[in-house]
Amino acid sequence: MRVRLAVAGVLLCPLASAQGPSPDLLQSDHDVGRPGGRLVFALRSEPKTLNPVAAVDSASRDVIGRMTSDLIHIDRQTQRTTPALARSWTISPDGRRYTIELRRGLSFSDGHPLDADDVVFTFRCYLDERNGSPQRDLLVVGGKPVVVRKLDAYRLELEMEQPYAAAERLFDSLAILPRHLLEAAEREGRLAQAWGLGTPSPEIAGLGPFRLKEYRPADRLVLERNPHYWKVDRAGGRLPYLDEIVFLLVPTEDAQVIRFKAGETDLVSRIGAENFNVLSREAAPGRYRLEDLGPGLEYSFLLFNLNETGGGGEAVSARPAWLKQTLFRQAVSVALDRPGMVRLVYQGRATALGTHVPPGNKLWVNGALGPPPRSLTRARELLSRAGFSWGPEGKLRDAGGTPVELTIITSAANAPRVQMATIIQEDLRPLGVTVQVVPLENRAVLDRVLRSHDYDAALMALASGDVDPTSEMNLWLSSGATHLWHLGQSQPATAWEKEIDELMRRQLVTLDSRERKRCYDRVQELVAENLPLIPLVSPDVLVGAREGLGNFRPAILDHNVLWNADELFWGAPAPRR
Amino acid sequence: MKGRLAVGLALAALATVHLAALCAGFLAPYAPLEQTRALPYAPPTRLHFVDAEGRFHLRPFVYAIADPSGAGEAYQEDRRQPYPLRFLVPAVDATGAATTGKRLLGVDEPARVFLLGTDGLGRDQLSRLLHGARISLLAGLLATVLSLGLGWLLGTLAGFYGHGLDAVLMRSAELFLALPWLYLLFAVRAALPLHIAPAQAFLLLVLVIGLVDWARPARLVRGVVLSARERSYVLAARGFGASDFHLIRRHIAPQTLGLLLTQAALLVPQYILAEVTLSFLGLGVSEPVPSWGNMLAALQRYHVLTSYWWMWVPGLALVPVFLAYYALAEALRRRAGPAAL
Repeated sequence: MRVRLAVAGVLLCPLASAQGPSPDLLQSDHDVGRPGGRLVFALRSEPKTLNPVAAVDSASRDVIGRMTSDLIHIDRQTQRTTPALARSWTISPDGRRYTIELRRGLSFSDGHPLDADDVVFTFRCYLDERNGSPQRDLLVVGGKPVVVRKLDAYRLELEMEQPYAAAERLFDSLAILPRHLLEAAEREGRLAQAWGLGTPSPEIAGLGPFRLKEYRPADRLVLERNPHYWKVDRAGGRLPYLDEIVFLLVPTEDAQVIRFKAGETDLVSRIGAENFNVLSREAAPGRYRLEDLGPGLEYSFLLFNLNETGGGGEAVSARPAWLKQTLFRQAVSVALDRPGMVRLVYQGRATALGTHVPPGNKLWVNGALGPPPRSLTRARELLSRAGFSWGPEGKLRDAGGTPVELTIITSAANAPRVQMATIIQEDLRPLGVTVQVVPLENRAVLDRVLRSHDYDAALMALASGDVDPTSEMNLWLSSGATHLWHLGQSQPATAWEKEIDELMRRQLVTLDSRERKRCYDRVQELVAENLPLIPLVSPDVLVGAREGLGNFRPAILDHNVLWNADELFWGAPAPRR
Repeated sequence: MKGRLAVGLALAALATVHLAALCAGFLAPYAPLEQTRALPYAPPTRLHFVDAEGRFHLRPFVYAIADPSGAGEAYQEDRRQPYPLRFLVPAVDATGAATTGKRLLGVDEPARVFLLGTDGLGRDQLSRLLHGARISLLAGLLATVLSLGLGWLLGTLAGFYGHGLDAVLMRSAELFLALPWLYLLFAVRAALPLHIAPAQAFLLLVLVIGLVDWARPARLVRGVVLSARERSYVLAARGFGASDFHLIRRHIAPQTLGLLLTQAALLVPQYILAEVTLSFLGLGVSEPVPSWGNMLAALQRYHVLTSYWWMWVPGLALVPVFLAYYALAEALRRRAGPAAL
């Protein structure tokens, strides 16, 4: 049992002790560290906002995640749910009602106490359509938003339209907001604009281990220790240990690696295999340590444009018909040299995929689906069966006699993806398929895929935030907002998409975890067979930290290195800066 | 005397480089797109004359290399079996089928001869350098022809006819000089459709460089023409009733020749550099077709920059080409006099 009542001691903040009952703090069981010091981390882009409701970009979420807390948290290492601000919860027998008991005596980082009203207010903010929160979809179950009722000052009831298998996980990263600071903005419908980067620090408060200290545009954002944080270590010392976290703006991965190597930053996260190798080759002993965490949740894939009609009008109707032929996509899949991609692009620090669920997702991957071995014979056979033929110079021609030319778009800024596209180009050459690789700006790629539908194939990557398949509902449901290969369907266009719809909806409401796994295994089979996207590889999560950083326990879930920022500490000697 | 030697050397160097590019198909040991996926970032293959037993061989030989770690970091030679270099071997195309041509040198499989190493996809750098030279050097030459041709025509017209035409042409020349051409190219490339084959991209590149940069030669030519048309023999010819076309062809154009040659020698390296810059930025000839610019683009990545020196070779190749062109330009300028600057 990890949750224990902490003994009220001298460390309690004056405000909380003045209120009478001793705060119900969570005791964590990591190594006891030394307080003090600062940690420097480089962000790849500038955060857009500090508003948990409106944040969509990863930089904002990296920062906000350190400043806020949720009711029930997913432990990044065990990938299971653990109590956070909720000390306990019970589920009704029909699986539709959750009764949540809050910890007592906690305060926001400005000292204002937390109670059930804040939680009710928080759900209202996330569910209000005016705020356009990306998390809203998750809180709409069976077509209806969840209903949150206050039972008393510390108890709440949550009611859902239908049983929801992953309900506990949905509370993760749903930051509890301070009603006393944001209620006015919410009432006036301008909550989405609140807590921008220009907001003075006293007007921002959260329940996370750190709070805003200062922000210097285009340079740095500094968080300081939150003295009211709700966790203690085994010795009863109030967390976090660190005095400050400094987020520097370092726009490219290469620059981040250079600054890490120079000792200007203390952590690197999600770096490429090549940079990882450079760092490990040039590591002076005792300077930093690097960890290859194995495959994460990111997977890259070759996406085919299966749209009927859409925003693009003419552009879409001009797409060749063979893109829609399953046999063609299967032929492409078996012609690809996935181990070659792993070796050449990722120096072996990646895993070839046979399903869209990467092996890092141990609970959900369908182990029966391995990557198909490369076979040009099989590819030719599939193409002949699909009615293709070969011209005099070995050029592949479709049933109508037109040469087969495929354009692959990908993000120019992402060197591994451009390299993979070049490998695919070479892989398909022996089949007589002419491939053009068109590196574009990332936004242009997304615009073509999501809006204009003006592309043949795209090499992209996705990383789900959580291991549970529910986090990818929008991708797999034929009506989903990110059903990449065929958007805006009112009815499932194909039988297999219809089956996937049914399976995904069933796993959503089934409480039996084995039955859910069976559903999702079948989804993976259907995708591997029909290949609207061809899964390619899943890169390893590669991280590093300066030597001497205690409790450094990187995880493949987001945020890989800062998820336990409250426990990190500097062992002796603390780095001087 | 000293100057003449320099010009001779420069000309010889340029002839060599251009001839090598022209014969890339014969000189390159491999097809430029051929990927040896087991050998990414392989260092330049060592040529051996003395074998493991200490015997000397007149014909150089190589060893097969392999990387037991699979990460492309630690290649080792397998010294058990030497593979002698072979000359005039039959060429194979990218699919492995034999073609009619011959290649200067090769080596039996499984050994490979990568005299300048390989890139991240296991493609031979030397072969790509030679094939890339075709594109980079040709882009420089074609763009020079285009911009000088246009510059000469407009400069001559402006200088010869003067007045309104002169004013219009020279003001637009100033406009073109003031254009931020790099951003213009960004805009042009962004406006183009997705389907653009490497050959089209190349022509477009040449077209844009050539068309944007006519203004400087045009102004220089105009100056020469302005002074030439007032010469007494030109006035005399005009008095005898010579047509404008005759005057330009017989008396004025020859005056601009020295200037044009000097300008050409200056502009070619400048335009080669323009191609390299644009391809480096991903705006020129795109992968997998090699050009010196897109080969250098790999250096944008930190680990390539720091780990594999042979990836710099296209950049190093630019140096002698530039030196030769500038030596030539200097010699031509001396011959043509101060007007040719």
